[in-house]
Parts: sequence; C-alpha cells; structure tokens
Amino acid sequence: MTDFLNIALLFIQYTVMTPSVRLQEMIRVIRSARTQGEERGIIQRECADIRSQFRQGDNGERSHSLAKLLYVHMLGYPAHFGQMECVRLIASPRYSEKRIGYLGAMMLLDEKQDASLLITNSIKNDLSHSSQYVQSLALCTLACMGSAEMCRDLAPEIERLLRASHSYIKKKATLCAVHIIRKVPELAELFTPSARTLLSEKNHGVLHGAVVLITELCERNPDTLVQFRKAVPELVQIMKGLVTSSYSPEHNVAGISDPFLQVRILRLLRILGHNNDTASDAMNDLLAQVATNTDSSKTAGSAVLYETVLTIMDINSESGLRVLAVNILGRFLLNNDRNIRYISMTSLQKIVQTDHNAVQRHRGTIVDCLKDQDTSVKRRALELSLALVSAVNIRSMMKELLIFLSVCPPELRSQTASGIFNAAERYSPSKRWHIDTILHVLTTAGGDVRDETVPNLIQLITTASELHCYTVHKLYRALIKDIAQQSLVQVACWCIGEYGDLLLKGECEEIEPVQVTEDDILDALETVLQSHMSSPATRGFALTATMKLSTRITDNVDRIRSIVSIYGSCIDLELQQRAVEYNALFKKYDHMRAAVLERMPVMDKNSPGHTNGDTSGEIKEPDTSKPKPVEAGLLSEPASQVCDLLDLLGGTDTPLQPSPAPTSTPTTTSSADLLDLLGGLEIKPVPTVSVYEKNGLSLKIQCDKQTETEVTVTLIASNSTQNDITNFTLQAAVPKSVQLQMKAPSGNVIPAHGLGQVTQTVLLNNPNKVSLKMRIRVAYSNQGAMHQDTVQIDSFPSAACQPSFSPL
Amino acid sequence: MRGGAGGIQLFSMRFLLLFSRQGKLRLQKWFTALSDRDKKKIIRDVMQMVLVRPPKSCNFLQWRDLKIVYRRYASLYFCCGLEQGDNELITLELLHRYVELLDQYFGNVCELDIIFNFEKAYFILDEFIIGGEVQETSKASVAKSMEEADSLQETMEEYLNKPTY
Repeated sequence: MTDFLNIALLFIQYTVMTPSVRLQEMIRVIRSARTQGEERGIIQRECADIRSQFRQGDNGERSHSLAKLLYVHMLGYPAHFGQMECVRLIASPRYSEKRIGYLGAMMLLDEKQDASLLITNSIKNDLSHSSQYVQSLALCTLACMGSAEMCRDLAPEIERLLRASHSYIKKKATLCAVHIIRKVPELAELFTPSARTLLSEKNHGVLHGAVVLITELCERNPDTLVQFRKAVPELVQIMKGLVTSSYSPEHNVAGISDPFLQVRILRLLRILGHNNDTASDAMNDLLAQVATNTDSSKTAGSAVLYETVLTIMDINSESGLRVLAVNILGRFLLNNDRNIRYISMTSLQKIVQTDHNAVQRHRGTIVDCLKDQDTSVKRRALELSLALVSAVNIRSMMKELLIFLSVCPPELRSQTASGIFNAAERYSPSKRWHIDTILHVLTTAGGDVRDETVPNLIQLITTASELHCYTVHKLYRALIKDIAQQSLVQVACWCIGEYGDLLLKGECEEIEPVQVTEDDILDALETVLQSHMSSPATRGFALTATMKLSTRITDNVDRIRSIVSIYGSCIDLELQQRAVEYNALFKKYDHMRAAVLERMPVMDKNSPGHTNGDTSGEIKEPDTSKPKPVEAGLLSEPASQVCDLLDLLGGTDTPLQPSPAPTSTPTTTSSADLLDLLGGLEIKPVPTVSVYEKNGLSLKIQCDKQTETEVTVTLIASNSTQNDITNFTLQAAVPKSVQLQMKAPSGNVIPAHGLGQVTQTVLLNNPNKVSLKMRIRVAYSNQGAMHQDTVQIDSFPSAACQPSFSPL
Repeated sequence: MRGGAGGIQLFSMRFLLLFSRQGKLRLQKWFTALSDRDKKKIIRDVMQMVLVRPPKSCNFLQWRDLKIVYRRYASLYFCCGLEQGDNELITLELLHRYVELLDQYFGNVCELDIIFNFEKAYFILDEFIIGGEVQETSKASVAKSMEEADSLQETMEEYLNKPTY
C-alpha cells in the first residue's frame, strides 16, 4: 500500500508541479524584456490572460493565475482586479488555493479595501479547520491585514485558540492577539487572563509570543502593568534558564541560547522595573549576571548585552550596576564593529544628561569616532561630542570640532557650525577666543551658517571694545585673502567701516603689525562691491562701510565720494538708493555727516530676560555680561541699524528729518537719551535714604520720578568694614504689574573703609499705578564667607519719593 | 525609550523589503496599513538611501522617525524599518535568520530562487514572522512546518479527493 502511495505521490508531484512552471515561464519572459515598453506590453498581455482565467473559473488554473498577478503586482503594476479572486480562492476547500488566496489577501487587500470584510467569514471558518496549516493561514492573514472590525468579530475565536490549542497554533494566536490589541485597544482585557498562563509554556515560540503579548498589554494599561509586576520572578527564572543552560542546538545562535527570546524578556523587565524599586531589586542580580557572562564577540551576544544595558539604565538599578552598564557601552565604543560603535553612541546620547560624568570619561574615544569613515557614525559622534562640551574641556573640544568642520561631509556642516556656536556662546573662556572661533567657522564653512550669525557676531564684536583693533585687523586680513564666504565678508565690511581708523593705525597688541593704507582699505571694499561673488546684501554692507570711512580717513574722501556717486546709477535698487542717499549726505548735509556716521554704541543683545517688561514678582538678575554701565537702549540688531540709518535719511530728495524711532537717532537727540538713562545721576539733588545696614554693608536708595508711571531708583552700596567686599550682587523683585529693568552695576567689589561705592540703577514702570514695593536681595563675600540678606522696601510715596522700609 | 498607551506601536517592525542592487523589488512585507502611494514612496526613498551606502558602512540609518537596518547578501539587500525603541542588533540577527531559512529551504539560495519562487519566500517569512514579531525562534521548527505545508499542498487534492469548487 505504501509503495502505491509513494508512486502516486511522485505522479502528483509531476503533474501538479507543471502549472507552476507557467508562472516561472511568465517571469522568464518578463525578465527577458529589453525595454520598459516591451515589459509593459508583456504585462498587458499576461493581465488580459489572467482576467479571462478569473472569469472562466477553471479551478486548477485560477490559483496559478493569481500567483502570476501577484508577481506583476510586485513589479509595481495595478492588480486590484485580483481582489475578488483572492476572496474566492480563500473560500476554496483546496489547500493550494487557500494558500495563494491568503497570500493575495495579504498583498492586495488591506483594511482600507471593502473587499477585505468579505473574507472575515472564511477566516472564521478556517480558524476551526481540522488542519493546523489552514488555521495557520487564517491566523497569519488576520494578524497581517485584519481591520478593527474584523478583529472585533474574531477576537473570541483567537482567545479560544490561545488557550486550547497545540503550540504551533498557540504561538500564532498569541501574535494575532497582539495585532488585535493594537487595532482595538479595548479588547486588551479579553486576553489578559490567558497571557499570564502562557508564561509557563516550554515552547520557545509560544513563550516569545507570550512575552510580546504581555509587553503590549502593559504598555497600554498601567493597571495591567501593576498586575504583571508579580510575574517578574518568573521572568527572571526563565532568563536564568536561558543564560545558564547548556548548549541547545535548536535555539542556539553563536553561543547564545535564543537571543530573540532573551532580548524580549529583557525589554519586558525594563517596562516592569521602570520607576519601581521592588521590581528593580528583583531583577538586579539577573541583570548583573547577564551583563558579566554574555559573550559579546558576535552580534547575537552584543544584542543581548545592549538590551541589558538599556534595561539597567531605565530601571531603578543600584549605582554599581549603572557603572557596569556605562562601562559596557565604553567597551562597545572600542569595538572594531562599526555597528556596535554606532549603537553605543546612541545609548550614550540618551544618558549623557543624567550620567554626564560617566560619559565624560569616554570623551576621548567619542572624539576619535569623529574621524570614522562612516557618515552614520560621524553623525552620532558629533551629537555626542557637542553634548559633552563643558567649561572645563572647551578649548580642547573646540580644536577637535573645528578640525572636524573642515573635513566633515557637507550634510553635517550646518549642524556642526551651529553646535560650535552654541558651545562657544555658553563656555568661551574669553571674548577674543570667542571671536576667533566664530571667525574660524565663518572662514571654513561660512556658507552653512544660519542667517543670524552675522548680526550676532557683530553684536559680540561691539561689546568687546578692547578687541576692536585686533578684530578689525584679523577681519581685514581674512577679507583680502578670500571674499567668497558671504557672512565673513559682511562682518568684515561692517567692522572695517566701523573701526577703519583703528586699522589704519597699524599697530595692535595681539597681532603682527602690518601697514595698511587708506587706499588698501578702499581697494578691498571696492573689490567686494564689484565682485560677482558678492550677494546684494554683502554689497550693501560694503557700500555703507565705504561711506562710514569718509569720517574716519583723511586723504581719500574724494575717492569715496566718487564710488558713492557711481553706485547712484546702479541697477540694484537697494544699492542705488543707498548711494543716492549717501550722495545727499555729501552734498546737502555735509555738516551732519560726522554725527550721522559716528561710532556705534554697544548694542544690547535682543534676547528674552534682558529686556524690560519681564513678568516681575521673580527675582531679576542684573545683566553682568555687558561691561559698559551705560547702555544706549538700542535693542535692534546691527543689520537693521544700517537700514535705520537709511530710514533716517528718508527719501532721496526730502530734507533730513529726525526719525521718530528712538533707536535710530544718532543726531542731537541721542545725547538727550544718554542723559535720560543716567537717570539718578542728574545734577539736581535727590534725597538718599538708607534702607539697609548690617555687618558693615550699607545700602541707600535714591528715587526719582521720570513721568507719571516711571521711576528711576538708584541703589548705592558702601562698605565700612576692614576688608573689601567681593562678588557683590543685587537682585530685585517688584509687584506683578510693575515692570522692572535693572541696569548693569558699576562693579561687584566694594572697597573697604568706605573708600568706594557700587551703584546700580533700576528703572521701574508702574502703568497700573499700584503702590510700589521692592524686595532686594544682596549677596556678597567678605573675608571668604558668603553672605546673603533680604530687604523689603514697602512704599515709595509718589510725592517726595521717600521710601519706608523694613529690613527682613 | 518607553512608550505610553494610545495605539502606538513602539517595539515592532514597520516593513521588510528585499531589493536588488539595481533597485528591483523582490519582496515587500508591510506591518502597518498604508496606501499604495505611500508604500511606493517609502520603497523609493529607502532604496535610494541604502543603495548609495559604501560597502563597509554601518548597517544602521536614521530616516524620518524610523531606524533602517539593512544588510547586503550577495546581490540582494535585506532591509527593515523599525520604531525608535527597537534593538538594531537583534534585527540584524533576525535578517540573518531569515536568510538562513531561505538557504535551508532552497539549498544555497541565490537571488534567482527568490525571483522565481517569490511565493515560497513569502510562505517562509510567514512561518518566521507574524505581525512584525518573531513567532518561532527555532530554525528546525520553521523548516519542518514548511515541509509539511508543502506536502499538504501537493497531496491534498488527490489524496483527500475534495470536490472542485
């Protein structure tokens, strides 16, 4: 009997296999097409053939026709006419037809198609089929493309299969349940009871599915998570079994027993142990064991180790364990395998904030990874390096980053440049270093920096008044070397225009002296003006700079005049307007030229926290980064300063009118502004009242009403002790509706014996006219000891501005 | 690294693609519902990104909000799109396991096997992965299931004598 069967099988194999050859024949024909057009023709013919097969309903052929259609679909051609065929074939009793029908359903039907609902009934029937392979097809398809509606219909069936069946079906049913929960989260409750019992399965496939299911349940419902925390000991046991088991060929991968299962269990443990001490304690030993014993010479081991590290870092682990984890990541950094280095840096990036010092230890290796050939690795190394920059390592890190900037791939340049700027802004050891760094970046990658770099740099330069000479020399030299980098050229032009007189002086302490003549400077600016590499904005800068020089140089003013008049007929509208206005300045308003073009005052950086009108009631820090005690209150950025100059000059022919904008009146009104800001230092006597006296430090205030709502308060501190008071700072708070602006203090050292004072001006604006109160906090060091104290000033009566106070 | 409730798949594969060095798609498996247009776009973008990578590169890429893990086996690229929380290294193992399964089934598998027997490649995949998750971690088990299912395909008609539909 068995012989007959064998012969029969061979015969069937021979005959049944043959139609499939037609599929392969079709594939061969399609592949032999030499052009896209030829292929399309073949496809069209085949599709016509397939369509007629579908219509005829010849059973043996239909499944093969569908297979052909699926191939055509994979090439990218439309195949929607096969959808109904899938439905029909799935309902067929033949396994071969079901198999291809279900495959078709997974490829052509998704939840968006209406036809997908039609297979729900077939799936339902097949889920109870006598053959587990038919059941398997149904489960697989449901888990692949089941819509929410289908899932709702079939969930009870799946739940039944979870509990009752053979492990082959159980493992598939479990993952089908996962899909159902993802589509219809409310059904999670249905599967929760069975999920727990599945953990006692021995079959790895089922166990893996169970862990995935439990993970999904815990992620979606915090209560379920609490419930499953009780399973931690069991999970630990299973893990231990895997880690310590002897070689099992069935699940072994490179010496690791079932790494897939290990990774999923570790992931589940992570979720269960997160923010929970008990659970974290229960898994502590296991994690230490896995971390120490796993052989990471191959990817499988590294994968498990990686997951272990992620888990350790995310739960409430002991500090010893955390150190172990970071050390593993450090070891990964030195691994030859690029992939391992990459994921190590990804993980370090996640913990660089919380475990900063631990990551700092590996800074050297991370910086070395900047030199890796691979772009992915370079990117990771860049992000991590930027996160590791601190005040301590800024100089060495910046060296590396600047080297990196000059060789890095173009897609990383912009990120590197902004990273460097941020780091420089936060940690620069000196202004000169800061300026040098920015210049370096502009020279190397000027095309990739953000637009606000130019005004930011100009603002920085103006504040470093002691470095003006150095800066302008450096910029001039960069300019004559190369005028291609627009941002650099713009800054250089601005500086030359502004500080050209310093450039002509020739000597400068921090840089080699080079003799620069007026002609040299004008040559440089004219080159910029005439070059086709210069953008319109850059030429605008250059023209204005040339104009400004007319008040800073002596011999070549005529040359400037001629340049300006030439551009009066320039095609570029902006340049033309500027040139015409400057011409007007030369001709009609020559008497004002010097005042208009005089040196710019220091610019206030336009950033939040430095402007007034901040919601008070909080302590306000005085702006100690600006060395100048008097600010001109100019809040806009230099580029617009240049434009404002134009606004001031108004139209081309109209006479000069003082602009209403307070920021752009460098004429006579500016001197009035200056005096206003000096506020409390006006000539008329203002009463000074003492508000605080303790430990030799005394604080007095002077109060001066400016307008109905504005008051200027000057705080004066003096020191009658034997020793200087250092690190002296004042902070002030006022009621919510009052606006407060603190000016920079005159200093932070109060000399002993009353030999000097520190003053600080506070501007108050009280639009709602509430009763003014102020709380002042003083902090200082005296003889090495830190002191802090608070004074409350309760009222500033409007009439005499005499404060009454109460020391706290 | 953790997820929250709310219908988000946080630890799973979004798609699995096989394509040749010339950019021809050999297999596509999607684990989320997407329109045809979206699928085509993803295939184009991912292929473009992966095909330009030099030989000894890192096998991991960042693309939009996904991690891409890929590996080249002879003339075929095996490529996965993962969520942010996933473990890239175990995914490399997963791709390798799939290649091993194909190799076991076809015997020294090459790209032509997958072209001419693409439906078998899908059947094997469906015995290994369901809904983006590994369903069976034993190679032998998967091989056995495929064998039995194949024999079912060939004998069922004649042997069980079912009426034609």
